[in-house]
Amino acid sequence: MSSATLSIQRPAAGSRLPLPAARGPLSEQVLGTLAAGGPGTAVLPSAAGIDPTSDLVADEDVQLTLFCLQELHYRGLEDVDDAWEWDVSAIALRRDLEDAFEAHLRGRVTVPDVVATTADDVARVLFGMTASSGGPSLARFVARKASLAQLREVLVHKSVYQLKEADPHTWAIPRLTGRAKAAAVEIQADEYGGGHLASMHSELFRRTLRALDLDDHYGAYVDAVPAVTLATSTFMSLAGLNRRLRGAITGHLAAFEMTSSIPSRQYADGMRRLGLGEDATGYFDEHVEADAVHEQIAGRDLAGGLVEAEPHLLGDVLFGAGACLLLDDLAAARHLAAFDAGTSSLREVAA
Amino acid sequence: MSARDGVEMTLCPDGPILVRGAAHIVTSDGRTVARNRPTVALCRCGGSAIKPFCDGTHKVNGFTTSDGIEVSDTTVDD
Repeated sequence: MSSATLSIQRPAAGSRLPLPAARGPLSEQVLGTLAAGGPGTAVLPSAAGIDPTSDLVADEDVQLTLFCLQELHYRGLEDVDDAWEWDVSAIALRRDLEDAFEAHLRGRVTVPDVVATTADDVARVLFGMTASSGGPSLARFVARKASLAQLREVLVHKSVYQLKEADPHTWAIPRLTGRAKAAAVEIQADEYGGGHLASMHSELFRRTLRALDLDDHYGAYVDAVPAVTLATSTFMSLAGLNRRLRGAITGHLAAFEMTSSIPSRQYADGMRRLGLGEDATGYFDEHVEADAVHEQIAGRDLAGGLVEAEPHLLGDVLFGAGACLLLDDLAAARHLAAFDAGTSSLREVAA
Repeated sequence: MSARDGVEMTLCPDGPILVRGAAHIVTSDGRTVARNRPTVALCRCGGSAIKPFCDGTHKVNGFTTSDGIEVSDTTVDD
C-alpha cells in the first residue's frame, strides 16, 4: 500500500453520523464549535452545574449533546475533525454530562436488595428482574395492532442503536478477564455474525429498514428521535466507555438479551400480520433464536462470572440491568402514548 | 466452557440446554438440523415455536428444572 493511500483518512460516504440539528443552547454551542474547525481553535463549554435531579432522560439538549460527544468514539461526525475525540474540553464536557446522567439514573433505578455470590445466583436475580418488568410493551403493540406507519416509526427509533448494534458492549471486552471475558467474546462474535458481513446484526437491521423503504444510512434518523430514544443509547455508551462501570455494561447486556427473544417474535408476528416478508422479519427471526442463547450466557457467564471474580460489582451489575429496563419502559410509554393519541412518536424535523 | 475438540452441554436452571462444540443435531430419520451459530440452546420446556431450539418461552410457561442433579466429582477443563 502506498503512503498516499495510507494518508487518505476519509471514510466512505454515509459511515459517519450526519451532523444533527441543535436542540438547545448547549448543543448549539457544542455542535457549532465542533463543525467550525479542529480543537486548538476553540474549546467546548463546561456543564459542571447541570442538575442531576432534573429529568435528564427527557432533556433534548443534554441527550443530543452527550450522544454527539460519545459518537466521537464510534464513527465520528460528518464535517467534524477526528482530533476532537481526545480533546480535553470534549472529554471534560462528556464527563460532566455522563456524571449527571449517571447520578440521575442512580436516583431513579430500583435495584433489588439481594445477596448473590455465585454465577447461578446472579443469573437468577437478573432473570427475576427482567421477568417482573410488567411495563408497557412496544413489541406487544406491534404484534397486535400497529399500523404500517407506526411500525416504521418503531424501526426509526430502533435504528439509532441497531445500526451500531453490539458496539457499546464491545468496549467491555478489554476490561474483563477469565470467564466473563470469554462469555463477552462468545456473545459479541455472534452479534457480529461470526465475522460474516451479511449476518452481522447491524447489517440484518439495514435489510429490515430497506424492506420498509426506510433510510439505512448510519445515523439517518437521529434528528427525528426524541431524547428518551437517545438516552437508551447514551446510557449504553456511558457504561461501555467507562471501565469503572464494567459491572453496569454487563448487567445492561444481560437485561437487554433477557428482554429480546420473546419481543422479537412479537415484532416479527406484527410484520407478518401487516403482510411483510422475510426480508423485513429476518432480523427479528434471527433474534428470537440468538437471544435465547445470549441471555443464558450473559446472565450466568458474563454478569455472573464478573461478580464471582469481583463481588463488589454486584450492585453495578444490577444497576446496569435496572437502567436498561427503566429506559426501555420510559421510551415505550412515551411512544405508545403518542400512538394512543393518534399522533407521531417522532420529532417534527424541518424538511 | 468446553474444550475445543469436545462437546459440552450446559443444563441451564429453569431453561434450555446450551450446546457448545461440534455436535451434530440430527432428526430421528438421520437428517442434520441446520445450526446457525456455534453455540445453540435446545428447548427442554416443550413450548418453543422454533424447536429444537429455545425461543425463551420457558420464562413464561412456568417451566422449572429439578435441583437434584447427581454430579460426579470431576469437572471439565476450562
